[in-house]
Amino acid sequence: MTGPAVEDLLRQLMPQVLGALVRRYGQFEGCEDAVQEAGLAASVQWPRSGVPDNPRGWLMTVASRRLIDAVRSDQARRERESVVEPPVPEVADTDDTLLLLFLCCHPALTAASQTALTLRAVGGLTTAEIARAFLVPEQTMAARISRAKQRIRAAGGSFPPPSGAERLPVVLHVLYLIFNEGYTASSGSALDRPDLAAEAIRLARLVHAQLPADGEVSGLLALMLLTHARRAARTTAGGDLVPLAEQDRSAWDRDLVTEGMALAASSLGAAALGPYQLQAAIAATHADAATAAETDWRQVYALYLILERIAPNPMVTLNRAVALAELSGPAAGLAVLAGLEADERMAGHHRLLSVRAHLLERAGEVEAAYECYRRAARATASLAERRHLESRAARLR
Amino acid sequence: MKFLIIMHINPAVLDALTEQEKAAIGDGHGRFMEALKESGELITTQALVDPSQAAVVRVRDGQPVVTDGPFLEAKEFLGGFYFVDVESKARAIELAARIPDAAIDGLGVEVRQVMFADGLLEA
Repeated sequence: MTGPAVEDLLRQLMPQVLGALVRRYGQFEGCEDAVQEAGLAASVQWPRSGVPDNPRGWLMTVASRRLIDAVRSDQARRERESVVEPPVPEVADTDDTLLLLFLCCHPALTAASQTALTLRAVGGLTTAEIARAFLVPEQTMAARISRAKQRIRAAGGSFPPPSGAERLPVVLHVLYLIFNEGYTASSGSALDRPDLAAEAIRLARLVHAQLPADGEVSGLLALMLLTHARRAARTTAGGDLVPLAEQDRSAWDRDLVTEGMALAASSLGAAALGPYQLQAAIAATHADAATAAETDWRQVYALYLILERIAPNPMVTLNRAVALAELSGPAAGLAVLAGLEADERMAGHHRLLSVRAHLLERAGEVEAAYECYRRAARATASLAERRHLESRAARLR
Repeated sequence: MKFLIIMHINPAVLDALTEQEKAAIGDGHGRFMEALKESGELITTQALVDPSQAAVVRVRDGQPVVTDGPFLEAKEFLGGFYFVDVESKARAIELAARIPDAAIDGLGVEVRQVMFADGLLEA
């Protein structure tokens, strides 16, 4: 087997082995180190001497031995342990990977640490890969990961209670963050970002396979698939943003759209309704229209109204204003925006400014729209978005 | 989110400090850097030489013209910066407030988010 093939296999197996190890011995930090070492040994040995018949068992054995070595410093003991093969526990892999995901989303960690730890322990990405994706030096990411592991230990971290239900929202949020990091190419070259979105989708699929009846899990996966489907149409060859209304819909990934639509529809049948389901339903409504002009804005508006009620958030109100403007004209949308001005999280926010600029332009208030586009361009931290807004402003001159 | 925490210095203000106060600034920066490394938020920090050692380069008619001294005719100059990776602007401001310079009368620390990056970190 070649190097890259071994890497793929390891990426798939290491989280399973780590999960089984943590289930058996607890102490996440020590297990993680042991599995990393076993993985390192495998990546050196397997391309040379071939992959063993039972690669997962091999990794389990080596990692268990490393762990025991580390725990017991007594020399005689260590020798005995290395002669006696530790039994390989056969635990359902998927179950453990999911538990591992829940552990990495420990509430004692910051969202940034949860994300990093999840990508490393569950995603099987190396520290260097994660650092590259987040555009920070490897050393910075290594410090963050090791700090996260320490904090889990300090918090008495082993697996969360079996149901783990109360931690599910955190897990979904972390997957959403990973996806967004991959989706919004906010800075730098876009090189590693699509991989991150794909990884978030893979992990969401994993959670969905375990909890197929949970509407929010299905909703999040559907939302990711429908958003990811638009990837090719979102930017020009030159890297400029293409707004939804102007995207070439034939460039959307049909398979992802079909799968996302079906999931979104099924998620709405769940007992409880949550924000991911509603956002997926909105994305599905957009995907359902053959052209932007055929969008069912009445439905989009209704969905934003419900979303605003169950998960109030100024961004949701902003999106509702956009939908309302499509239904009843720019003045109606601008009236909703006026209500947002008082919200200190939103006043001066580039999203609010760019939506206002767009609505002013549609209302024929060219001069005000021009000023607003310019203000929005100055307020954004994304270079692509700034270029887009500047060109909008320039068009008005 | 990446932020540059910019330290503007005023040599006159710094000169007026006692030796003890100057030492406290150094210690404060040392502790600050340790804490940032431990939390994984520090990307890099650089301190700059005194503005009197600066040179300004301008190209006019294709010819570089170099003059001594800083670009801005000002009392305050860029003294150095911390480049950090944090969760929010609020966190960046919280960190900036812990930099000793921020507590000195006549000085302040500026926080600016990074909009575009290229170079070593992407290698």
